[in-house]
Amino acid sequence: MSDLVRLTGEHLLIVSIAVVIAIAAGVPLGTFAHRRRRLGGIALRITDVVQTIPSLAMFGFLIPLPLLGGIGPRPAIVALVLYSLLPIVRSTLVGLERVDAHVREAATAMGMTDRQLLWNIELPLATPAIVAGIRIATVTAIGVATIAAAIGGGGLGTLIFRGVSMVDSRLILQGAVPAALLAIAADALLTQVEHYFAKRRGES
Amino acid sequence: MIEYRDVSVVRGGNAILDRVSLRIEKGEHVAFLGRSGAGKTTALKVINGLVGPSAGEILVDGAPMARHELPRLRRRIGYVMQQPALFPHRTVFDNVATVPRLLEWPEEKTRAEAERLLAQLELPLATFGARFPRMLSGGQQQRVAIARALIAAPEIVLCDEPFSALDPIIRAEMQSLFDGVVRASGAPPPTGAPEARTTRTTLVFVTHDVREALRIAGRVIVFDAGRVVVDTPADAFMSHQHPLVRRFVEA
Ligand SMILES: Nc1ncnc2c1ncn2[C@@H]1O[C@H](COP(=O)(O)OP(=O)(O)OP(=O)(O)O)[C@@H](O)[C@H]1O
Ligand SMILES: [Mg+2]
Repeated sequence: MSDLVRLTGEHLLIVSIAVVIAIAAGVPLGTFAHRRRRLGGIALRITDVVQTIPSLAMFGFLIPLPLLGGIGPRPAIVALVLYSLLPIVRSTLVGLERVDAHVREAATAMGMTDRQLLWNIELPLATPAIVAGIRIATVTAIGVATIAAAIGGGGLGTLIFRGVSMVDSRLILQGAVPAALLAIAADALLTQVEHYFAKRRGES
Repeated sequence: MIEYRDVSVVRGGNAILDRVSLRIEKGEHVAFLGRSGAGKTTALKVINGLVGPSAGEILVDGAPMARHELPRLRRRIGYVMQQPALFPHRTVFDNVATVPRLLEWPEEKTRAEAERLLAQLELPLATFGARFPRMLSGGQQQRVAIARALIAAPEIVLCDEPFSALDPIIRAEMQSLFDGVVRASGAPPPTGAPEARTTRTTLVFVTHDVREALRIAGRVIVFDAGRVVVDTPADAFMSHQHPLVRRFVEA
């Protein structure tokens, strides 16, 4: 049992670290993609491609890489960041694009600088969409993180891989069920956060 | 003072504004009249730099746009758009407080001014201040947009058919409210001003409603296909012989 608690904790830790890094990189990237359509399109294309790499292959690719790669939790986090990036970049872009052109024009006409427009108007209005992206990224990362055990990343995948090699379905379930529950809980929690921001934005 | 020097705005090969030259004096109240697509909105947007001329130049207070720091200039220009375009995530009070906050007014002054102005527009702050725009009717939203544009006592006020979306009764009500508010926001007219309808505030009001134009402005400028075709004191408008004016008068 204490094994389960420790592995759940590990799982949550690598997912949290990865999602926080993905937010820190993804929101600015999405904002940039909105300002510079061409470069933004390219950035989006790259994250799109990354998303299609099968997760086991991704972990495999990371093993020989210096610095970021290898074995253990670090390359696992790197892979999770790469997967989480797309939904966050895309939802940031979509959220910013949905801001009413008239509202943007009003803000500019009243004398907001580009920066004030971004912080006072665009990002707050895009927040529910951004949170939706974070939710999708988190749920995806919780699932993908089970594969991270293949390269020694730890987490609930450890039980699953151990179960597979020992052909012990109870052990597999001991890893899989908590992982699924974590995903469901994260989804529910972040849906609430999304509603909260939508409400604050005066919409529901 | 606002001056257009041979201003053209060309988009996709079409001249939306075609060599417009105009001088609007400080404190003048001017109506831009014209049919749909005549270029009125565009003529307004070159004044606050939302649209840049393709040729010619526009001077505000004697300085060309390039010499102005645009955000700073815009904080002195009130702009009421055709749509209210309120910030949906901000309360009525926060919407109205936008420019004062950009100007870093003390919060008490912002609140006092908002209270005074919203009361004039029959939207008491105590009742409406904490509401979000979606909790207001169209006419109420439009009034908030007017308060938001006027609160910092701008030297120039640009209005783009602010009442066109309203029903006739509210519309008439809004026109007289607006009259009162603009008049109250301006100090006494400059000494020796020839027009009755002049205040400290320079007002440019876009409309395609003749009665509205004559009620609000001392001077009427008629646009057609991007050009200024008539520029006349309001008193002389009804008897002006230009065919477009005749059509407006007889419509
Ligand atoms: N960005 C743009 N690109 C191309 N054409 C434009 C652009 N903006 C305006 N136009 C065109 O320029 C013309 C004048 O537009 P404008 O909005 O200034 O007219 P308006 O007199 O305000 O009309 P309305 O009374 O219908 O509001 C229209 O034919 C419009 O389609
Ligand atoms: Mg227009």
